[in-house]
Amino acid sequence: MVRGGKLIWSEGTFEVPAGGIIAVIGSNGSGKTSLLNLVLGLIPAASGHVRVLGQPPGEANASIGYVPQNYASASGEAIRVCDAVMLGLNGTRWGFGRPSREDRARVDEALNAVGAGAFPRRRLSELSGGQRQRVAIAEALVSRPKILILDEPLAALDLRNQREIVQLLNRLNTELGVTILVVAHDLNPLLGVLSSAIYLLDGHAHFDTLGGVVEEALLSHLYGTPIQVVRTPQGELYMRSTL
Amino acid sequence: MTTQVMAFGYQENWWPILTSPFMANALAGGTIVALAAGLVGYFVIVRNTAFAAHALAHIGLPGATGAVLVGVPVAVGLGVFCVGGALVIGVLGKRASDREIATGTVLALATGFGLFFNSLATKSSSTMTNVLFGNLLAISRDQLTTFAVLLVVLAVSIGAVYRPLLFSSVNSQVAEAKSVRVRLLSMIFMVLLALAVTMAVQAVGTLLLFALIVTPAATAIMLTPRPLAAMAISTAISIVSVWVGVAISAMFNLPPSFAIVTIACGVWLAVWIVERQVRPMSTAARRAEPEPVGDHTGIVGDHSHR
Repeated sequence: MVRGGKLIWSEGTFEVPAGGIIAVIGSNGSGKTSLLNLVLGLIPAASGHVRVLGQPPGEANASIGYVPQNYASASGEAIRVCDAVMLGLNGTRWGFGRPSREDRARVDEALNAVGAGAFPRRRLSELSGGQRQRVAIAEALVSRPKILILDEPLAALDLRNQREIVQLLNRLNTELGVTILVVAHDLNPLLGVLSSAIYLLDGHAHFDTLGGVVEEALLSHLYGTPIQVVRTPQGELYMRSTL
Repeated sequence: MTTQVMAFGYQENWWPILTSPFMANALAGGTIVALAAGLVGYFVIVRNTAFAAHALAHIGLPGATGAVLVGVPVAVGLGVFCVGGALVIGVLGKRASDREIATGTVLALATGFGLFFNSLATKSSSTMTNVLFGNLLAISRDQLTTFAVLLVVLAVSIGAVYRPLLFSSVNSQVAEAKSVRVRLLSMIFMVLLALAVTMAVQAVGTLLLFALIVTPAATAIMLTPRPLAAMAISTAISIVSVWVGVAISAMFNLPPSFAIVTIACGVWLAVWIVERQVRPMSTAARRAEPEPVGDHTGIVGDHSHR
């Protein structure tokens, strides 16, 4: 995967290698969502060029699974889990058609992969936040994407669900080889699984490995508050504000 | 319009009335409208555009009264204004929150113009009443033909865009990320909705339209979350409401719109009450239930930078 070029906040020249779990971090309003929209081809770059999976943005969207921040908040009453996930597979096809046996098997497979295989016939509105996030991931996963993009997947979840979703992302990454791009304002739950990060700082986009990003001076600058990076005796990293 | 008080009692001769040719028109027209309503109703609810559907009906009002003023068929005025209004609402509102304000504003303006055009025309007060409350009994053979054509257009269009429309209705962000033309589909749907509204207004009128397009679909969704099943049930409720409503109106000399709307709303209420009993663990209760929380041995990060 090559993603080189100038980005709209200006002067971000980097390539994101395939295969890892990459965080997109930056303070509120720094352009994280714009970055995602740029990658998805929903907004054009003012200058420079962007390549996603070697193609112009938008061309490779069939190979990208997207999990938005607010999934099915309004219409969840009117649709079942399995039908919603099926849309991730056949929602882009015109017309009307019965899902094939193979498509149904893929939906089951995706639901099982995210630990949501137990409730395919429930209404989306009946699910808890954690369950709904799993279904959203299944819907993104069912088309067997090469890249999975998640916008704040942990924001509305409690600690247990945060940890389970992080473990799930790690498993998808290692077992299915999906490259995962995850927007997060809180890095802590993700620190154990991240390989690198894109960070948006002072109007520029940068890319670095995790070791380069988890650095006190950089993080303090990024969040605009003093940040201390702590390594626990168990070897886990976490960061905290020292304000 | 007469001021004579009509007798609302039981009509001995209701069966001959019901089987008369003009009643056949009313039943056929009502059935076509019910089918059209069933096609769009589910999507109206999933797309959260119930208010827009309501507003579109009102936008038809100046079209209808204006048509009388310039001497073209009422249905043409209705259609032009509904489709035009649909496009305006589609263009104005990008997000659902904006759309509500934009829709309400257009609605108020349109109703005002409807009243204005009506005051200019000398003998359009019956048009006004017909548009506001519908008049199934006044449906002509020509109108039936138009209705049938519109229904076919509606059915073919919904069939052609069914899956991407459902995708973008259930979650527009995900659909957009998959390169689905969300905005185009939104415009297409608004126009299709406008066509359905144009028909339905002539059956039950602007003010009661909600009960034929939105209420049966809402009832159906309470019964099943499966899109096609919900559309079928919603259509069935609409058809039964129209048939039974027309029969009751013949039996008791009541306005058909009143009877149709009362039945559709009655079915909704009945299903709502039964659903409360059958699903005591309602959505709200389930959501309020605390989620199981795992052990707390993990490090609790400092969230002060949120």
